[in-house]
Amino acid sequence: MCGIVGLFLKNRALEPMLGALFEPMLLEMTQRGPDSTGFAIYRDPVPAGSVKLVLQHPALDFDWSHVAALLTEAFKADIDYRRIDTHCLLKLAAPEAAVRAYLHASLPAVAVVSAGQHIEIYKEVGLPSEVADRFALKTMRGSHMIGHTRMATESAVTTAGSHPFSTGSDLCLVHNGSLSNHNRLRRKLQKAGAVFHTENDSEVAAQFFDVQMRQGASLQQALRNALTELDGFYTFAIGTSDGFAVLRDPVACKPAVMAETDDWVAMASEYRAIARLPGVANARLWEPEPATVYVWEGAGAAGAQLGAGPLAKAG
Amino acid sequence: MTAERVFDLTTHTVRELNQALHDVTGATPVRFKVVNAMGDHALAVGIDAAVQVEIHGHVGYYCAGMNKHAVVTVHGNAATGLAENIMSGCVRVKGNASQSAAATGRGGLVVIEGDASARCGISMKGVDIVVHGAVGHMSAFMAQKGRLVVCGDAGPALGDSIYEAELYVRGKIADLGADCEEKEMTAEHRTALSMLLREAAVDLEAGDFRRFGSARRLYHFNIDHADAY
Repeated sequence: MCGIVGLFLKNRALEPMLGALFEPMLLEMTQRGPDSTGFAIYRDPVPAGSVKLVLQHPALDFDWSHVAALLTEAFKADIDYRRIDTHCLLKLAAPEAAVRAYLHASLPAVAVVSAGQHIEIYKEVGLPSEVADRFALKTMRGSHMIGHTRMATESAVTTAGSHPFSTGSDLCLVHNGSLSNHNRLRRKLQKAGAVFHTENDSEVAAQFFDVQMRQGASLQQALRNALTELDGFYTFAIGTSDGFAVLRDPVACKPAVMAETDDWVAMASEYRAIARLPGVANARLWEPEPATVYVWEGAGAAGAQLGAGPLAKAG
Repeated sequence: MTAERVFDLTTHTVRELNQALHDVTGATPVRFKVVNAMGDHALAVGIDAAVQVEIHGHVGYYCAGMNKHAVVTVHGNAATGLAENIMSGCVRVKGNASQSAAATGRGGLVVIEGDASARCGISMKGVDIVVHGAVGHMSAFMAQKGRLVVCGDAGPALGDSIYEAELYVRGKIADLGADCEEKEMTAEHRTALSMLLREAAVDLEAGDFRRFGSARRLYHFNIDHADAY
């Protein structure tokens, strides 16, 4: 089943309340996905040339100072790090690709949950209320968030199999549905250089968007291309450094509802996740059309809607 | 004097509301007012009495499912599966309805004053559905009996694999599904549609609608395929 939620703040004055507004949305989707929970928050960008990483190791007493020391030594750069439950938020004045390569080679037991200038992802196995508490979600401030409550179908219930999936710089994805051509697509993306960490179909979708955008596609183009390349059921919410997008497959089996006010844009699997946001009574409320790309980019940006229409023929 | 019972869903549970609705017996008319519906699922489901239920707020999945005799009005939008398998009575939504509204409905009337999304009236078996606005793709999919009236436009694949339901559309149709075709609108159909529009409180001329139904080509085994075995 799975539940997905997204909240993009158009009014920057609300940024200190982002986590407090977002947490009830995520918790409301507990019945749709009680086995794992995750969320991505966009905030506190590091300067160009630096990277912000969220790393994960299952041991709560894992020695992150050792990781920090190794990275400082390897990159001769200042490092700032903070343990947050099983995760570690780490900022380093070094290129993302090089840091990823180093971690992959030298610290294979440490998972890279997210990497970029803005993005931070926190995800774990467990009920939404437990996971939200572990990471102090309600205290978080930022510009936008997307989140996921998982009821696993395709792959194991593990931290790595939880959403959001992030592959490239600042991009992440949450997915409700299942893809039927993910094995073929995975092989195709591997040839294009993508490195996979799970057997999960949603990771294939995340890698698809990453490869598309690395090859020069805009977020909107990548979403349009997804309509022809991805086969199966999906409602996606996608986060980028300054944007937020929603896409449903042409048959629209998986639910989605959206709401927009002058202050925010929200999406959720079900209306009840949105029902308690401030000003919702006067929000524009709609069900996103199948095979239609919805994108918001930049603070205060107006949304763009690009429709192929329901049951659009692929190709 | 009609009694009115008020259920505030910030203080009452959905189970309490539904149990109270199921407990109604006898001939005394009862009015229920439900406030602060915040997208809750399964509101006013399984009623089997001539009660009147007014729900204020947006409702979640399967509102007024399996309804018998009751008149349920939603002052808001409805999520997936509104009035699923309705048997009789009337379910009216002042806003929009999500997917599969009135799915498998066997009788009664469902009125959606806004738009309905995909698969409205899927596998309908006798219910009458009147949508003031538009319907989404694959509406009346495998419809078997009853009438779907669309005052606005219809999305792609209307009436795909339809059996014997009657479809009336006033606006544009994206395209018809397999085995669905336009039918003649006779005086008899116009009269019946006029009555249904009046019942649904729609002030439109029956003559402005086109009628669609089954071409009946998918009913039977095609003997030309016998060689395939």
